[in-house]
Amino acid sequence: MSIDIKTMNVEPKRHTFAHVARRLGSDAPASRYEEGVYDLQATTHFHYRPLWGPEHWHFDEGRTQIKMSDWYKFKDPRQYYYGTYTIARANMHQTTDRNFAFEEKREMLANIEPEWRQMIVNYLIPLRHYEWGANMNACSISDAGYGTAITSAAIFTAGDRLGIAQILSRIGISLGNGTGDLLDDAKAQWMDGEAWQGLRKSVEDSLVVKDWFEVLVAQFLVMDGLIYPLVYNHFDSEGQKHGAAAISILCEFMVDWNTEHNRWVDAVIKVAAKESEENQALLSNWYGEWRDEIHKALQPLAAMVLGDGADSALADVKEQLDKRAGKLGLNL
Amino acid sequence: MTPPRKKKMNLKQRYALMTRGLDWETSYQKMDDVFPYDTFEGIKITDWSKWEDPFRLTMDAYWKYQGEKERKLYAVLDSFAQNNGQLGISDARYVNAIKLFLTGVTPLEYQAHRHFAHLGRHIRGAGPRVAAQMQSLDELRHAQTQIHTISHYNKYFDGFAEFPHMHDRVWYLSVPKSFFDDACTAGPFEFFTAISFAFEYVLTNLLFVPFMSGAAYNGDLATVTFGFSAQSDEARHMTLGIEVIKFMLEQHPDNLPIVQKWVDKWFWRGHKMLGLVAMMMDYMLPKRIMSWKEAWEIYFTEAGGALFEDLSRYGLRVPKYADIATEEAEHISHQNWAIFYQYTQAAGFHTWLPTDEEMAWLSEKYPNTFDKYYRPRFEMWREMEAKGERFYNNALPQLCQTCQIPMGYTEPGDPTKIGFRSTEYKGERYHFCSDGCKDIFENEPEKFAQAWLPVHQIFQGNCGGADLGDVLKWYRMDNGTDNLDYSGSPDQQQWDAWQAARKKVAG
Repeated sequence: MSIDIKTMNVEPKRHTFAHVARRLGSDAPASRYEEGVYDLQATTHFHYRPLWGPEHWHFDEGRTQIKMSDWYKFKDPRQYYYGTYTIARANMHQTTDRNFAFEEKREMLANIEPEWRQMIVNYLIPLRHYEWGANMNACSISDAGYGTAITSAAIFTAGDRLGIAQILSRIGISLGNGTGDLLDDAKAQWMDGEAWQGLRKSVEDSLVVKDWFEVLVAQFLVMDGLIYPLVYNHFDSEGQKHGAAAISILCEFMVDWNTEHNRWVDAVIKVAAKESEENQALLSNWYGEWRDEIHKALQPLAAMVLGDGADSALADVKEQLDKRAGKLGLNL
Repeated sequence: MTPPRKKKMNLKQRYALMTRGLDWETSYQKMDDVFPYDTFEGIKITDWSKWEDPFRLTMDAYWKYQGEKERKLYAVLDSFAQNNGQLGISDARYVNAIKLFLTGVTPLEYQAHRHFAHLGRHIRGAGPRVAAQMQSLDELRHAQTQIHTISHYNKYFDGFAEFPHMHDRVWYLSVPKSFFDDACTAGPFEFFTAISFAFEYVLTNLLFVPFMSGAAYNGDLATVTFGFSAQSDEARHMTLGIEVIKFMLEQHPDNLPIVQKWVDKWFWRGHKMLGLVAMMMDYMLPKRIMSWKEAWEIYFTEAGGALFEDLSRYGLRVPKYADIATEEAEHISHQNWAIFYQYTQAAGFHTWLPTDEEMAWLSEKYPNTFDKYYRPRFEMWREMEAKGERFYNNALPQLCQTCQIPMGYTEPGDPTKIGFRSTEYKGERYHFCSDGCKDIFENEPEKFAQAWLPVHQIFQGNCGGADLGDVLKWYRMDNGTDNLDYSGSPDQQQWDAWQAARKKVAG
């Protein structure tokens, strides 16, 4: 027997908001990403100049030298709005929690050779401060950026960087037998260890850059583009030789996150470079300056971890990044 | 060999390591260059480590709780859409309340996202920075979930489709917009005081409860689900607001007069802006929850009174003109609805006159004022409508330079006389609706003289043209569809057709 559920047929007057329809080219049903992001930021008729910086409106295209005919060209390939973002990260972190439980149950950290244990305190745990710097830069972009496409993705990234800093802290606490002692040691490295001073200086330099798009290039493309493969690939491989398989497992979040994050970063850089020759020149220039500086800053750190292998590892990550930047339309 | 694991740290220690433990004192760049904005207001912070984290959420916990709430919320929204939930509301007049919400409030949630990101970057203390970042995420959540909730209504009703365009242009929407612009262009401590304390702590219940309970009473399952889902976020925002105030007052005695001035300013700014909510509660909800006056008594007079009694140990007193605002709670909704009735041709939602039954409710709720001052006006307008002479005010109103509301408010103590104040600044005369708004201007004339006043802009030819049709086009307000009375509107025609069809289906 078939059951006929009686319903009323009601026809919609329109399928989406008018500003979204204009962008889609017709009044077609729109995605939640499109409705949640397009044109949400106010663009005109601001009332007062900021007391903290009267040279711009609080939302102002002039906070970067990059010029765009439309700031919503920076569509996020991940299509993240708040709901899809938090659900995706909650799922990723479930795996991280399982990994920590797995490590604890098997006491895998105990398998790490004692000297390498110290090396982890010297190279991996101080990165929690690097991530905190990245968190500040992501906030800057969300604060000063233009258009919801950029500012929403940037605040998600800020959350990501804080989350990663906290995973690194957890690793430090586990290694320190449930205390914060090793976090203190790692902080001393970050503050005074010779291997870190170049990078700490670069991070601090990035914190005072006024052009938010330059911050985006410096932090997300160059610093992350060199540091992530260096640390989570080259350093991690070195650790395998010293019984540090647990570290690879506990850093899985960062590796997965970085792959995903790069999709967004690449989309942003590519679109901005394609927009105009002026943009392309600016981006290429920023890229070149920051790449040289960070590459140099990483040398003592790479030497500390890899010894003689440092130069080839650094050459490799630089080559990979140059290749990536070239594909994004930058002139090297 | 691993030594035995030591006793775990307590939650507070662990959270401190996970947040402020990440922070460091910069040395290659000066701290004042890294944090250039947190000193110019004159707030003195001697020891950031005294900051008590108002809540302790690591990012993994944040993702988990928030992701779970999002899953549940979107399941309800999907089901609401699939089942044509809009058919279940009390009456299509109700939809106008959410038109006001989407055009007036949702863009402010976005602004809040941006400015909490500003604080999340620029406050020197790492503890409040983390709290501000989470609020920046939350505010983005609220903007987006509101859009997604209301998206379904946009498909069936007019007045929603151009909400961001309208927010930047329409005369009455400059009231909430300028309110938030004011906060975002202030220094970080004033923003905290304005939004986290005055708005989110002292006044939030007067925005949130009316809209969300209004949704519940009027069968709007989607909006009420959003409201419940946002409640735990709001609880966090409130604890941040109270912590910020206490922290500033505990850090240095010189902070008290600065904070007091901000509390006075933002209380009055909030009171004026919430007049739009007052009107929504008393006139726009087909099924009413409580009157604005009752809400004011519960949420400001009682709850706010207890709060300021508690804060008096720091020397903070009840905001200036709180007594005047309380007196105005008897009038503000009636006066505002009268303004919108007169200017319905330029409103992005529909208006109507209260029915007999609704007027009886207003008489009962406002025994001191409704029958004496407001009923006669509505009855006169009703007679005019019956004669085919519906009253439209075709003269553009004078706006208050501070709150930007048309100058339709009456004098304290004399509800028959419109209040006017004015002051001179750099050879120009500026006009105000009240002493509160005049004081705010006089404290910061260089700021408030800049205001983008919609009526001035129309007169200067900056709003599409000189006549109503030109301005409506510039607003992207479809004349005869988005504006004017509910009676005869396409919204009404459609609603009536649905009701007729339902009767038929029901047999």
